[in-house]
Amino acid sequence: MTTLKTTPLHAAHQRAGAKLVDFAGWEMPLHYGSQMEEHKRVRESAGMFDVSHMQVVDIHGPQAQAFLRYLLANDVAKLKTEGRALYSCMLNEAGGVIDDLIIYWTGGDTYRAVVNAATAEGDIAHMQAVAKDFDVNVEPRPEFALIAIQGPQAVEKTLPLLPADLRNAGDLKPFSAVWNDKWFVARTGYTGEDGFEVMLPADEADDLWEKLKDAGVHPIGLGARDTLRLEAGMNLYGTDMDDQTNPLTANLGWTIALKDAERDFIGRAPIEQSKAEGVKERMVGLVLDGRGVLRGGTRIETEAGDGVVTSGSFAPSLGVSVAFARIPAGVEAEQLHADIRGRKLPVRVVKPVFVRNGEPQIDLPKN
Amino acid sequence: MSEAPKDLKYTKSHEWVRSEADGSVTVGITDHAQELLGDLVFVEAPEAGSTIEAGTACATVESVKAASDIYAPISGEVTAVNEDLADSPEKVNESPFEDGWLFKVEPSDAGQLDALMDADAYAAHVEAES
Repeated sequence: MTTLKTTPLHAAHQRAGAKLVDFAGWEMPLHYGSQMEEHKRVRESAGMFDVSHMQVVDIHGPQAQAFLRYLLANDVAKLKTEGRALYSCMLNEAGGVIDDLIIYWTGGDTYRAVVNAATAEGDIAHMQAVAKDFDVNVEPRPEFALIAIQGPQAVEKTLPLLPADLRNAGDLKPFSAVWNDKWFVARTGYTGEDGFEVMLPADEADDLWEKLKDAGVHPIGLGARDTLRLEAGMNLYGTDMDDQTNPLTANLGWTIALKDAERDFIGRAPIEQSKAEGVKERMVGLVLDGRGVLRGGTRIETEAGDGVVTSGSFAPSLGVSVAFARIPAGVEAEQLHADIRGRKLPVRVVKPVFVRNGEPQIDLPKN
Repeated sequence: MSEAPKDLKYTKSHEWVRSEADGSVTVGITDHAQELLGDLVFVEAPEAGSTIEAGTACATVESVKAASDIYAPISGEVTAVNEDLADSPEKVNESPFEDGWLFKVEPSDAGQLDALMDADAYAAHVEAES
């Protein structure tokens, strides 16, 4: 029995009556009563997530850009303005996904990455190994707490609580950040709603959390985080892709920057080869209009063989079940069948984005 | 701590049974079960008029998290199902022992009730499982 790690907000979760569970070795809130209520709050007003288990890694040194252009499948040379961020995969030599992350350019030869909790240790080891050939430092920053505030009212409720010199965060474009010597505020998130992700010193986290709560921002657990990101069409590492997954089969082709033919990056050769040969699978969105819930592992029947659901759930904002599924690449049918515990139910094939800024992105069955 | 009313009988698979004055029984899932499942999104009860057999799966409840079979606590004919749950499955979460009942059965052998647990035995069973 190993002891679970806890975040600086652990006491706050206990005070709020959270159902705490083991998530990648961290004791984290699954929900604070009702996952469904929490989901709806984020879509309708504002909610906050403790994401302190995610790891901040600073990358700095004369060759920081050259290092990251080799390490990551997306191209940090696209970052032309200080504070801008990119979503990228970090691939292995075979083109599989080691992790997905967000990388910020923080000016000059400094960058900041945020990586997943479950993969953090391996990520950092990999980064440091690759860094040996570059004049660069890879510096984990475990001292930060991370709070994501998301929803249509997230920005207005958070702004007055930020340090005075960071209140220009309200003018930030998506995927941009401002910071001072202690706090870092980014207009990013994992819900499909507007909002911020705030990194701050661990000993100030509880105070911000309580002030946000007083401002009407409800704590949201990992359960709702998962249904929100699924509706928003965002992949979850370890579920929708892992180190065996070709990113082209996980809807991540848009994050692989192949334009600069001069740029070598880890995994480039196998990705280019599979692109030339054509991939055998692709990821689609599915909607189940009938009663039932698509779940990870649900078998999808197509005329070209079986596909499989990677992420699936009831979608609280839509009242139906939605999913991501990997299916044979050539299948163009608009309707397939899901094998849900022995029953064959029709599912619609759609683009894997279901809700954005509170608005359904798919046609819903009429009641 | 979840509650378990004293006047009900319980199964190991977390169904409850209430004996009604007319000899029928009402069946639902316990507070503990709904807590484990989380928010319910669909309830598929057996059809009224169908026959169910004690110990076999006869209904399904699906939550955001998982699908779970409901086992018939007693054999007999299903006489009514809770129609409200089609539109409001959350009633099972909010009121598992009252508004969130699943279906009613006319038992073929009321003696089967004696094999079920009382509230104290059920509480001990839950304790042992956790």
